[in-house]
Parts: sequence; structure tokens; C-alpha cells
Amino acid sequence: MHRGSALWIAALVHRLSGLALAIFLPLHFLALGLAINGEAKLESFLRWTDQPLVKFAESGLVFLLTVHLLGGLRVLVIENFDWRDGQKQLATLAAAISAIIAFIFLARVF
Amino acid sequence: MNVRLYVWQRATAALMVPLVLVHIAVIFYATRNGMTAADILSRTHGSIVWASYYGLFVAAASIHAAIGVRNVLTEWSPLTDWRAGSFAVVFGLLLAALGARAVFAVVLS
Amino acid sequence: MLGDLSVSLWRGGKEGRYEIYSVPQRESQTVLDVVTFVQRHIDPTLSYRFACRVGVCGSCAMTVNGKPRWTCRTHVAKVAGGGRLEIGPLENLPVIKDLATDMQPFFEKWQQAQGVFAPSKTRHDEIERIRPDSPARRLADAAIECINCGVCYAACDTVRWNQDYFGPAALTRAWTLVNDERDAGGTARLQAVAAKGGCHSCHSHQSCQELCPQALNPTAAIAGLKRRTTAAYLKGEIKA
Repeated sequence: MHRGSALWIAALVHRLSGLALAIFLPLHFLALGLAINGEAKLESFLRWTDQPLVKFAESGLVFLLTVHLLGGLRVLVIENFDWRDGQKQLATLAAAISAIIAFIFLARVF
Repeated sequence: MNVRLYVWQRATAALMVPLVLVHIAVIFYATRNGMTAADILSRTHGSIVWASYYGLFVAAASIHAAIGVRNVLTEWSPLTDWRAGSFAVVFGLLLAALGARAVFAVVLS
Repeated sequence: MLGDLSVSLWRGGKEGRYEIYSVPQRESQTVLDVVTFVQRHIDPTLSYRFACRVGVCGSCAMTVNGKPRWTCRTHVAKVAGGGRLEIGPLENLPVIKDLATDMQPFFEKWQQAQGVFAPSKTRHDEIERIRPDSPARRLADAAIECINCGVCYAACDTVRWNQDYFGPAALTRAWTLVNDERDAGGTARLQAVAAKGGCHSCHSHQSCQELCPQALNPTAAIAGLKRRTTAAYLKGEIKA
């Protein structure tokens, strides 16, 4: 079923990760903006994020960012360079690399 | 308008490839155990480099996200193109404003 | 002897329902054979379309177990898991009746994308010499064998989500003409494919390329159009 194919999933993941990042960004900016009156508020926010559940969510965000980057790179290559076969493998590789990087992030913070 | 949006979307995407890679490195560095807000801010304070880097990143991300959101809305929601576009513009401006404020917060205040 | 197939066929127009028929299985049976059997031996009111039945005309395309395919080239043995088949009309097109769709929107978009040869010479001019191995001709040849079956159009998510989108086939034909040295379509055609619903709507999902029975690659053709229109736009030859 073409709707379950690796490339269709890749495109969907790319779109959904973009949406998720778009929703996350304003919150990210608000958090960093806490530093506007000195470091105290930012510091207490950062300590709040030390919780395992938050760290887990952060590794999810790292995954989303990496997968969106790699998926976007794949599109840029398709659109600007000569056609190359093996798109399915590339898409799967992109997902795997993203998962690995997110996992490394998670492992380092614990 | 399609070509224009396409060009801006792809151009900001290409620009952000190196910016995001650096950002991922920054994320890994900044989440090293024991890094406090003071540690982070002492590195970003008064830094033209960080201001330029993140200023550029905020601008690119705001444009890119706004166009992306517009695409998704026109395809997945019943909104008209005009409404989707207007929402996207507002969203982009919001991101740019909050982002600029964040850059200001870590570099200047 | 092989058993019977349980075949679900769409009956009706836009509104309708799937009805189930029992069809004897045969060796080397194709999905078109199955549909034909139903119409000839069970229900003569079934409407469907076919012509050559040997995989050169593209008329028999339908949705088979969720995928758009040429039914004459789809062996039942390959797709009927557990002796079941679900056959419906091609998606993304208005249904006339049962398994026959209205191809008009498909061809209208073909025109909108200016997938039409624009002559530049008369019979009194010298014949153009086209080298078959020139880069442009290679690109055109790689995309030219489209027989308008509609499979790519039916498979495309962007067609489904965006009513204005021209679709892979129309854009691929425009691409062949952009690469045709004899064609005089020029920047007008680039402007046409850069319009609302044009090549920039493509998200490179590649369902078209995966499913094209002629092994064409609309994703690559559309990527080519994106490059040409971007270059033309940056040079001021076409408007945004």
C-alpha cells in the first residue's frame, strides 16, 4: 500500500515534526526570555527541566529537530541535484541517525 | 507568489542546515551536567557572535516555519488560502518577536 | 482446482457501497479478468473501462486493495491475500459509475500546465535536427512515455489535499516540452507551471514514481521544473 511506504512515512514524519517544532519554538523563546531580568528565573526553569520526564521530552525534541533537518536535506537534494535511487534507504537512514542522536542525548543527561 | 514562497522556504532551509548542526552541538554542550543559567549566560553575554548567530537563526526559522505552517493549513485545513496566509504571517511575526526578545535576553540583559 | 475469490466491488457514483461477489479463481488470472467475469456472468450492470487488456493503453486503471494499478497487469495471485480483493474506481477523480471515473479534470489540468506542444516551424521550414543523446533530449525521452492512465494522479496525496494541484502527469508532460528544442512554449509554459497548483506544490512524496506502470519519474521531472522556474524567477523572466 503506497500509503504505508517508507517514503510516504518519511514525508509525513517531516511534516509532523515541522508542526511540532513550530509549536515548540514560541515556548522555547519564552523560556530563554526568562533571562531578561537576570539569571534567577532562567536558573529555576533549568533546574525544573532536570526532571527525568522533561529530559525524556527534550530527547524527543532533539529527535524531531534532527529528523526534520535530515528529511529536509533529502528534499533539497532531490530538488536541486540529479536524481539518485535509493531514496527509501536514505529515508530510513535519516530516521535511524535521528534516533541515535536523540538516544545519545538521553544517555548523556542521565 | 508560489515561486517566491518556494524560494524563501528552500533558501531558509538551506541556510539553517549549518545553523541547526551548530545548535545541536550547543544543545549537547549546554546540557552537560552541572551547567547553570549563570554558566550559559556568562558565555552569551555581550557576545556579538552569539547575537549574530542566533539573530540570523531566529529570522530564518520564523520565515521557514511561517511558510511551512501556511502549506499545512492550505492542504489540511478548510481555511482559504488568504486566511491561511494571514495566520502564517501573524505566526511568523510572533516567532520573530519572541525570538528577538530571547536573543536580547541572553546577550544583552 | 483453485477456490473462489471474494471480490468487493464499488457500486454507485460518489455515493454507493461495496458489494461482494464470488469469482472462481483461475491460473494466471488478472484483476481485469475478475472484473470482466463479474460483468459477463454475474451482474451485467457493472460499469468499468478497459481497452487493450495487454498493458499498453492505460484504460483499465483502478484502485486494487488500496493501490492504483493497471488491472490487466495485476495478477490476482500477487495481490489477493487470503482470497480477498477490494476493487474501486481511481481516487481523486469524479466517479461516473462503479469503476469508471471521469478523466476530464485530469486532462483539464494537462492543458492548464501547458502540456501541449507549441510549434515553432511550418512545413516549409527545414526539419530540426535533434540529437537523441543530447542532454535535453535524454531528459525529454526519460519522461515521454506517459499514456495518461491516471495512476500517478490517483496515488498523489498532494492532488488529494490540494484541489488546484496539476498533478504528476501534467507536469511531467510540461517538463518534456521544456526540454524539447522544437517547442516554442518558452517562458509562458514556465509561468504556467509556476502558477497556483503548479510544480511548487509537490512535496516529493514519490508515490507517483513508485507506482507509475511505465517506470516514469514525475518526482524528478517536477524537481527539474522547480529548478527551471526558480532560475527564471531569479532572472526576472517570470513573475512570482
